[in-house]
Amino acid sequence: MTMHFLLLFSRQGKLRLQKWFTPVPEREKKKIVRDMTTMVLGRKPRSCNFLHWKDLKIVYKKYASLYFCCGLDAEENELLALEVLHRYVELLDKYFGNVCELDIIFNFEKAYFILDEFLLGGEVQETSKQVLSRSIEASDMLQEVSVIPRSR
Amino acid sequence: MPAPIRLRELIRTIRTARTQAEEREMIQKECAAIRSSFREEDNTYRCRNVAKLLYMHMLGYPAHFGQLECLKLIASQKFTDKRIGYLGAMLLLDERQDVHLLMTNCIKNDLNHSTQYVQGLALCTLGCMGSSEMCRDLAGEVEKLLKTSNSYLRKKAALCAVHVIRKVPELMEMFLPATKNLLSEKNHGVLHTSVVLLTEMCERSPDMLLHFRKLVPQLVRILKNLIMSGYSPEHDVSGISDPFLQVRILRLLRILGRSDDDSSEAMNDILAQVATNTETSKNVGNAILYETVLTIMDIKSESGLRVLAINILGRFLLNNDKNIRYVALTSLLKTVQTDHNAVQRHRSTIVDCLKDLDVSIKRRAMELSFALVNGNNIRGMMKELLYFLDSCDPEFKADCASGVFLAAEKYAPSKRWHIDTIMRVLTTAGSYVRDDSVPNLIQLITNSVEMHAYTVQRLYKALLDDISQQPLVQVSSWCIGEYGDLLVSGQCEEEEPIQVTEDEVLDVLEGLLVSNLSTPVTRGYSLTAIMKLSTRFSSVNRIKKVVSIYGSSIDVELQQRAVEYNALFKKYDHMRSALLERMPIMEKTASNGPTEIVQTNGETEPSVPDTKLPPLITQPANQANDLLDLLGGNDVVPVIQTTLPTKPASAGGELLDLLGDLSLSAIPPMTAYNKNGLKIEFTFERANPNPNIAVITIHATNTTEADMTEFVFQAAVPKTFQLQLLSPSSNIVPALNQGSVTQVIRVLNPQKQQLRMRVKLTYTHKGSPVQDLAEVNNFPPQSWQ
Repeated sequence: MTMHFLLLFSRQGKLRLQKWFTPVPEREKKKIVRDMTTMVLGRKPRSCNFLHWKDLKIVYKKYASLYFCCGLDAEENELLALEVLHRYVELLDKYFGNVCELDIIFNFEKAYFILDEFLLGGEVQETSKQVLSRSIEASDMLQEVSVIPRSR
Repeated sequence: MPAPIRLRELIRTIRTARTQAEEREMIQKECAAIRSSFREEDNTYRCRNVAKLLYMHMLGYPAHFGQLECLKLIASQKFTDKRIGYLGAMLLLDERQDVHLLMTNCIKNDLNHSTQYVQGLALCTLGCMGSSEMCRDLAGEVEKLLKTSNSYLRKKAALCAVHVIRKVPELMEMFLPATKNLLSEKNHGVLHTSVVLLTEMCERSPDMLLHFRKLVPQLVRILKNLIMSGYSPEHDVSGISDPFLQVRILRLLRILGRSDDDSSEAMNDILAQVATNTETSKNVGNAILYETVLTIMDIKSESGLRVLAINILGRFLLNNDKNIRYVALTSLLKTVQTDHNAVQRHRSTIVDCLKDLDVSIKRRAMELSFALVNGNNIRGMMKELLYFLDSCDPEFKADCASGVFLAAEKYAPSKRWHIDTIMRVLTTAGSYVRDDSVPNLIQLITNSVEMHAYTVQRLYKALLDDISQQPLVQVSSWCIGEYGDLLVSGQCEEEEPIQVTEDEVLDVLEGLLVSNLSTPVTRGYSLTAIMKLSTRFSSVNRIKKVVSIYGSSIDVELQQRAVEYNALFKKYDHMRSALLERMPIMEKTASNGPTEIVQTNGETEPSVPDTKLPPLITQPANQANDLLDLLGGNDVVPVIQTTLPTKPASAGGELLDLLGDLSLSAIPPMTAYNKNGLKIEFTFERANPNPNIAVITIHATNTTEADMTEFVFQAAVPKTFQLQLLSPSSNIVPALNQGSVTQVIRVLNPQKQQLRMRVKLTYTHKGSPVQDLAEVNNFPPQSWQ
């Protein structure tokens, strides 16, 4: 699933997370975010979750008050992209326990850490929820110690 | 200095801001504090400060002054620092930044760190945003990690390698050895990322593709295990085992089987199995089916399998989930060319999707419907598509109208059906049709000779209803101008002829002229139409009146037309009927552009509607008048001497459009005049393709010892001929045969009568004016036969 970017934004268009998998100038990033929020927020309620923008496929899904929006190459499998977004939400949910937008606002760095265990370079790196959760837990534990121990 | 506030504290504070200005103030204050903290090289709070900076960056505020701090955090020995440092690097230090490369050494060290989670951070950062140089420097480390037995690192190394290959394709070779036993892994994370790596390599290099083809049986086995194995809690998604891995394997199989019969055969069974056994109640199952269909259609699969795939898509079309309907339509659109018959079977479902509420689905359904139209289903399909055109959103109308025209042109079962269809489009979506459809339609109508009466009647009735849609109005005006006589004489065969009088028709056309809804182009159409009716109707006085009124119109275009038409009434009334005759059938040009008149018989032609009607008469009045006075009699047609030195090559043509190759034929030259030292010779050419036109070039030479200056050659021909004189090469005939004046005359001789000409010569010789008249009767028979 070659993702170009992943954005999370609220109903009012406030950005909560931005992950870019290709090098994009800062100005361009801002424009893309604006375009995405305008396009996605402007969709009628029962539309399908796919859009076209330039030469990319845009897949988005609304979870409570947050929109999860990603940009893919044109040959990608959109239905699988929905599964990828869903998996990320599940991971967040497991970590925060009934995750809501506020969790992501106040713990955005943790949302990034989880994302970085799930996707790497725009591709899925781990398909098991449990393995992933264990990695995050172990990493969090490492933060507690002052000196990094040797791994096994 | 008090400790910098915590991240969550800052977030809380900023969220209390009620206005943008208030927020900006808070941010500026905090940024200032952070800056001074950075200046103090405070290790303890660096992490906290950078985290806050990243938050503010997400809100849209500049954070570049934190770049170096991220580097310092990465270099720290504390895991917390590294985590935030690498996060900051990924957000602020992409390859466009100058300090990007400074990370390289740190990443290298961390790739070799004793703690896998630190190595993981480094791999992640490199794999997300490493520049080409960085990738070059660190590829060796990545390759090493690709061979480790630690699955946590191995899966990350695989994706990191994918990134390196994308950035520096030449490095692909070095990863080849490490791929050797990647697929024997049990760990799904490693399997998945390995498949991604293999896919990337196969897509980039045909050699790699050949090399990895031997993996097909192994991939098939892995996929089979996934499907057949029981419930696996680690990888289960709604009853399906690791759908992400299944889809990636299907995708790799697609690439490997693409142009290879053996590989395609080897995967045949597993594809059929996946296609039939996958649970379709949830999106995840459909995602796998979708990928399977794409693979089946792309490899060299047997026909049974292809039909299976298309049937899956057909079932998708009936799914409640509109995402699935959408991907089905998209896929069918891709396969409609290659598997046309199979897709045809689902035509009715596809047509039903035209009524879907979702805009993206409607658009796909429309495109697919047009692709499915053929000679057999044209009537039924057109009915549905016209209904769609009636009710669809404006964003679709232009494309739909174009599609209808194209389909009608290709498959129209009858001319009457074709014209009815066009009428329907013009009346329902008339404002959305493309500009070039007006000339195309006019040409179509002209060429359907037997339908003229029917067409003009229907168009007239449409005009009575609605004059707002310009393309409709333009086509209608043109037709009424052409076929108005059929309209009032009630000659329609196809339907009940309507009773309409000349005055009523003129009322309608005049109404168009004054209406606010009419564009200038439309007004031009209607004025010309009114003028044409002067030879078809008897109420000529009324038309004269209209034309003379518009002679003072503010619209320059209308004014010019009116003035010329006026002139046509006054001075050139005898030419009017010939000029306004019925249009000939137009030949279609190769392109879809405006049609060109290949031959004219001296008729006016607003056939290319958007170009201005070219001037009929451009010469200064005096010379023609003189000639008339001089020659008297009614059997001479005055000369029309153009002032244009060259003929513009316009598609519209001019009066006496005599374009065409000039081919030499063996017509002997003749001496037309030879007196007082002035000799005028005529040479002949035929203008192709019109054999009725003779092109005569006069050569005037002077044997006297003085130049003949202000030389003017004029000619007149009998009434049945028409003549055009182009500009002379000069008006000085040099003395002693030192040069000549040449001038081209074109003579149209449709009745093939014997050519006769009267010439008048004026020049100044040795200070005195000279004038002479002569008859030229000795034309060689070939020049006019």
